[in-house]
Formats: sequence, structure tokens, C-alpha cells
Amino acid sequence: MSIAHQPAMPSRREHLKQWLALGALPALGWLPQPAHAANRRLVCVGGALTEIVYALGASAELAGVDTTSLYPPAAQALPSVGYARTLSAEGILALAPSMVLATEDAGPSSVLRQLENAGIAVHILAANHQFEGLLQRIQKVGELTGRVAEASELQARLRNEWQGVRTSVEAHSAASPRVLFILSHSMSQIMVAGQETSADAMLRYAGARNAMQGFTGFKPLTPEAVIAAQPDIILLTDLGLKAAGSKAAILKLPGLAQTPAGRKQRIVSMETMLLLGFGPRLPLALKELDRSLQSAMQAG
Amino acid sequence: MRIPFRFAPRSKWGNPWPVVLLLAITLLALAMASSIGAVPISWRDWLTPLHGENTGNSYVLWELRLPRTLLALLAGGMLGIAGALAQGLFRNPLADPGLLGVNSGAACAAALTIVFADSLPWAWPTGLRPWLLPLAAFAGALLVCFTLDRVARWITPGSIAGLLLTGIALNAIAVAVLGLCTYLSTDEQLRSLSFWTLGSLAGAGWVIVGVALLMLLLATWQIRRLARAMNALALGEAAAAHVGIEVETLRARTILMVALLVGATVAWCGMISFISLIAPHLVRTLHGSDQRRVLPLSIVFGGLLLLIADTLARTLATPAEIPVGIFTALLGGPFFLMLLNQTRERIG
Repeated sequence: MSIAHQPAMPSRREHLKQWLALGALPALGWLPQPAHAANRRLVCVGGALTEIVYALGASAELAGVDTTSLYPPAAQALPSVGYARTLSAEGILALAPSMVLATEDAGPSSVLRQLENAGIAVHILAANHQFEGLLQRIQKVGELTGRVAEASELQARLRNEWQGVRTSVEAHSAASPRVLFILSHSMSQIMVAGQETSADAMLRYAGARNAMQGFTGFKPLTPEAVIAAQPDIILLTDLGLKAAGSKAAILKLPGLAQTPAGRKQRIVSMETMLLLGFGPRLPLALKELDRSLQSAMQAG
Repeated sequence: MRIPFRFAPRSKWGNPWPVVLLLAITLLALAMASSIGAVPISWRDWLTPLHGENTGNSYVLWELRLPRTLLALLAGGMLGIAGALAQGLFRNPLADPGLLGVNSGAACAAALTIVFADSLPWAWPTGLRPWLLPLAAFAGALLVCFTLDRVARWITPGSIAGLLLTGIALNAIAVAVLGLCTYLSTDEQLRSLSFWTLGSLAGAGWVIVGVALLMLLLATWQIRRLARAMNALALGEAAAAHVGIEVETLRARTILMVALLVGATVAWCGMISFISLIAPHLVRTLHGSDQRRVLPLSIVFGGLLLLIADTLARTLATPAEIPVGIFTALLGGPFFLMLLNQTRERIG
């Protein structure tokens, strides 16, 4: 039921194996063991927050992350506290954290309450899908981890990069293609993005129009609505494309062949957390999205 | 199809040793479940309430793990007894509250409350709010129970297949409404909804444990009086009436109890499948069909099963947690097939 909202996991187990092998090295005495590496221990719930922690150089304090923390790859070696919405109080307490950083998605609320009662500082950060929201999150994480200087440095760098990317986007914004964003991890369950979604926000930043108008959140794909929307480009996640098998399989979805995107075979895919995460890679994500959309329009 | 109940000849309990053994296993399981988990517990943590020195680990033991293991035992017991009562009342070993749609009816009502309680034209008094969900779950369970009872008596009199099919239909309706709630829910509400579909004991606390204990004690007190009547009912309603059982009262009381027990467990733990089917059936295969034994022992078996399932759920993937509904279904599914295989000739 809520599966469409879950960022899917790639071959996480394989990553884990490799990193576990690395993690076994200290046990063999080959590497010095960090005895009291950090007195602060963080549990991070939400991929974008984990990225911020890494970007601020506070990753040594991470005691655990959730299953959406896939980037940077090193994060996948940390103990996993499970999916953000089905956290376990005892599991998190077992990692002896001093602080839990979580997005609004985290839950269930009873577990968060139990953590607070156990004396853990639980901080819920707003999932504001704006560039300003990202800056606020960086500020907050910086304050909480005692890295205010690093945070303002990162903010300044991101503002700079963002400015550059926005300028180059605006240079050709007259085109504004209509883009249909498809979120799916299997071809039998296809959701398209409406308003108030992170995908919608990214498209607006990229100077594109969301082809689907008139509803909020993700809703199941209806072929007639897709034909009526006449998207110029289909945008999906790398995982979605992989699940479909090929671009040809996407084009076979009912309704798509009758759109400009289908006729001209304009299909673009991006990594899920990069595209939708609103983490420190946001300028990079916008740059990549813009480039993909532009080259798709020029090709077809 | 009617499974003839075996009557215990003279003594109520027969050989007491299997029961003693079962209780010993349950105590052992309780001790093991409360001592294993993601956080290591030392004997000092057990003594915290005595000397008052509160370490981090004793919080885990006394505020998280103990209420949870006790709730697993109590909720499992409540589901077990609800299953035994339903099977006794409908005179059918397949008449499990979960299968008949009572669980999903309760979950469906809870889901409707989550999604629509705030969009109603009147405002709920703040004092009532914490009770809204359990009350809704109870009402949902009650509605399904009464519908089943009416259908079982009037539309398809004496037909067990009719009863089961009605249950399946009610189940389908409840699941459909649950799906509709999921579709209409906001992201926030969806988070609370996902809890209902697979079940979890993560919300356990001492208050809930207290209420559950009270309910289970009340149910146990009731079944002392119900068991004899149920044995007579096994011979058929007419026969029961002839030996002086007030069948109407028995029905009404049993249905109310099943709804109350299932409604409460769904409200606290979400939908937990199969416990109510397996527990009474296990008892019957081991101890025969005398309701004076089936009813109380179903409590113990149900509690033991849910305790094992929940312990697996919270320890196998530490520090993460697997929804407990997965384990009850994994334990229950194969068992249900076995049960079908045993009753194959009679169904066919």
C-alpha cells in the first residue's frame, strides 16, 4: 500500500557484504580500533540528512542510518535501523545514540516517544522541498553536531553552485518542456507525480512544467490522463528504468505511445536519492536534470 | 460438516502433566524473550526498581521490553480465546475471527477513524480522543460479528460453507474499505495506516498491559461459565436448549466477548493473523474437544505463539524490526494447509 512511497533498495546486501568484510579488519587487529572516537553518537533517519552529516565531516559520529541512506556508499556499511517508518526503539537504543536526527517521514510516533523518554535527543527536521529548506536543514544539522563553521561553509558553497546552475537553466528556460514523472519499482505499480511532490519541485527548478496538473502527491497512472497531458519527456528513476527492463518497455505502457514523449522516444532517468532527496547534491541534481532534459529535447 | 467434539470422560483435566509442561515452557519463553534483544541486559538491570539506580539498559528492560513481552503474551492469549470462542459458537474449527473478517473489520473501522475523524462536522471532545481508536476498532469487530451471526442463522441456516463464505465476503469488503482509506489518506495518515496491515507490538506500555490483563481476567472468569454451555452447544442448538441452555444469551454474550477481545488487540497491535485459528486447534489436537480445556488452554497457546513470533520479529534483524504479522502468517500459513489436509475428506 505504501510501497510506492518507499525509496527502493538496490543490491544493498552485496554492498553490505563488501563493507562487512572491511569492518572485520579491525577485529583481526590490522587496523587501530577507535576506542573513544566520538562521544557524540548519531542515528540518522533519512538519506538526505545522512548526506548532510557526511558533507559536514561528521560521519565518524554516525552510529546507524536507515535504509534510505544509500549515499555516499560508505553509509551503507553502517548498522541499519530499518525503514524510516517502521523504526524500533530497542534497536536504536542498542546503538547507544546520544541523538537521533530524522525527517518528518520517521515513525511510528510511539517509537519516537519511547526514544525521547529514554533520554535520547530526537530532532525531527522539516522535509521542505525547496533550496532554502536544504539550507535550513544544513544549518540545523550543523548546530546539532557542533559544526556551525562547516555548515556555513557548505551553505556558501551550495549557494554559489546553485546560483551558477540556476543561471544556466534560466538561459534556456523559454523551451519549458512538459515532463511526466513516473515513480515505480515494478511495471505493475506505476505512480505519477502531481503537485507538492519533490519531483514537481525539481521540475519547476529545471524550468520544465509538470505534465500532470490538478492533484497532489503521487497517484496511479491513468492512460487517458497521460494522453490528455501530452508530455514531451518521460522522467523516471534509474531503479524504475531497471525494473522496466528497457526504454522500449516503458513506451509500451498504455497511453504513452500517443504522446510526444512516446512518439519521439524521449525518456530520461536519474538516481532516486539524487533527484528527489533534496540533500547537498541538489545543485548537481539540477544540473544533471537540466542537461538530460535539454539533450532529450534536442535529440528528438 | 460438523466436527464431533470429543467429551472428556470423567475428570476435567485428565493427565495434568502436559498442562504443567506447557505452563513451564511458557514461563521459560517469557524469561528468554525478556532477556534477549538488541540491548544486552545484566542481572543488575533487573534489580533497578529495588535499589533505584536507573541505567540506560534498565530503561530498555523495564519500559520497553517487559511491557512488550507481557503484551505479546496477553494479546496472544486474547486472540487465542477469541478464536476458541468463535469456533465453539459456530461449531466449526475453521471459524477463526481473522478468517471471518473480524480482524479486518476492526482495522477498517480504525482506518476510517484515522482518515475521517477530523473531517467530520462536529469536534470530538479532547477527553474522548485517546479512546476513539480502540472504540472504533471494537465497533468494527462488533459489526462484523453480528452480521456473521445473523447470516449464519437466517440466510444460510446450518451451512458452514455459507458462514465461511459470508466471512470471506465481509473480509473482502473490510479490506476494500481499508484500501480506500489508504488511497484517500494524506502522507501523514498513511504512516499510521501502514501499522494496521502487518501489526506491531512496538507501542506496548504498562497502561495497555494493565488493561489487557484486566480484560483477559474478565474473559477467563466468563469462560468458566461459558465452557459447559458450549459443550452442550456442540450437539446443536436444539439439543442445547433441551438441556436448559439459553442459546440466545450464550450467543449474544460470546459475540460480545469475541468482538471485545479482537477489537482491543487490533486497536493495540494492528492486524495479527492466524493466532486465533492455530491456538484452539493446537489445543484440540493435543487435548481433545472439551471446551473446559480448549478455552483456557487456548489462552496459553495463543500467548506462547505470539510471544515467540514477536521475539523473532524484534531480534532477527536488529537493530531494525520485522513486522510481527509476517511471522504469525509464516507460522500460520503452513499450519492452515495442514489443517485443511486433515479435514479434506469431510469438506469434500
